[in-house]
Amino acid sequence: MSDDSIGKTLGVALAVCIVCSVLVSTAAVKLSSIQEHNKKVDKIKNILQAGALYQDGMDVVKTYEEKIEPVMIDLETGEQVAEDIFNEELSIETFDIKTISEHAEYSVRISQKNDIAGIKRRPKYMVIYFVKTAGEIEKIIFPIYGKGLWSTLYGFVAISNDFKTVEGLTFYEHGETPGLGGEVDNPKWKASWKGKQAFDKNYELILTVLKGAVDPSKPGAEHQIDGLAGSTITTRGVDNLVKYWLQDQGYGAFLAKLRSGGTNEQI
Amino acid sequence: MSKYKDVLFEPIFKNNPIALQILGLCSALAVTTKMETVLVMSLAVILVTAFSNFSVSLIRNYIPSSIRIVVEMTIIASLVIIADQFIKAFAYDISKQLSIFVGLIITNCIILGRAEAFALKNPPGISFVDGIGNGIGYSLVLIIVGFFRELVGSGKLVGMTILPLHTEGGWYVPNGLFLLSPSAFILIGFIIWALRTWKPEQVEEE
Repeated sequence: MSDDSIGKTLGVALAVCIVCSVLVSTAAVKLSSIQEHNKKVDKIKNILQAGALYQDGMDVVKTYEEKIEPVMIDLETGEQVAEDIFNEELSIETFDIKTISEHAEYSVRISQKNDIAGIKRRPKYMVIYFVKTAGEIEKIIFPIYGKGLWSTLYGFVAISNDFKTVEGLTFYEHGETPGLGGEVDNPKWKASWKGKQAFDKNYELILTVLKGAVDPSKPGAEHQIDGLAGSTITTRGVDNLVKYWLQDQGYGAFLAKLRSGGTNEQI
Repeated sequence: MSKYKDVLFEPIFKNNPIALQILGLCSALAVTTKMETVLVMSLAVILVTAFSNFSVSLIRNYIPSSIRIVVEMTIIASLVIIADQFIKAFAYDISKQLSIFVGLIITNCIILGRAEAFALKNPPGISFVDGIGNGIGYSLVLIIVGFFRELVGSGKLVGMTILPLHTEGGWYVPNGLFLLSPSAFILIGFIIWALRTWKPEQVEEE
């Protein structure tokens, strides 16, 4: 069995490894710019969808640059974060919820009692998006995320400039059961969020996702959302994560600042 | 030439990897809720099987038998990563839905099975054809399963509405079972039944 001499075995193994690694790394490097671009466009598309600005076939990057102004805020104080603290790990361009929420310095642990969204840690900072027309804020788009049945759902919710009305909601990443919890993607269900009153006149959160359908004849229908049939836990997850992010734990401080006349920057 | 033809068409009905060899079932359950994902997955598997067979066959006389499987797996894994990179670059939306299952092509028994059973003993050209044939055999079952799952489960085909859903103002109440993995088991069962009724020689002896 000259085939199995140690020298030959090592030689073949080495040759196979070198050829394979060259092929894999070439593919990865050559294609990475296209992949990055895809990721960026996908995220922008979702931001535009949440803000009801998206149409099929539009130039998403152009619309985004025209209409949307991303801003980084400190969740605790509600203040806008000044650009001088940005560094390689923290900046608006590279902001990624998953990376930041595991970063020791830029995230905080949530106590179990407060962790209704089931996310364990949250970033200290978040990038939110103003939709502006002629310099005036029209809508504010907030990233939201939390646990459903199988997966963490990542999405956006848009609030109008009266700080009460929901303008839109979308999820861009989730792994819920297709056809049941996966119906969080259903355009009709997402459209049912538009125009709902998230906050009452004292700016207390009153938005709830029901189990079952909303009865439009009853009072309170304007702040209730139909639950998804056959997916109790996903529905509850969505309810919880929206409640988590729109209250004190999430964007509460920022919203309060904004209502009382702006953050530290003129907006 | 007829030898090539046999090698290409045999795995489709006569020796189908899923229906007769019962290989590659897990991905057949996971990616078949929609035709779109099925088609991309099928294409990826056909290409990976073909090229892994080709590469293994090319170096079959040099592979020491002691590290045979390791070498085969390295080749397969590299091809799968390359396929995954291409899908991410050119079909981003679909790559999000396929997620981990493209990577799991590596563990698809069909590919290693063909490399072991065919490519190690045959020249590159015919091994390549064998890879394509087995890939098509796998794809055919996936397409049949995906067709029924998408149609019955969500009233659509390749994303186009065929049966208007009652939630969107139509009349069709979708069957949620078909969106869950067990329905693929049931459908594959029916396919095997149909195939063995048509070709009774596939029935194992008691």
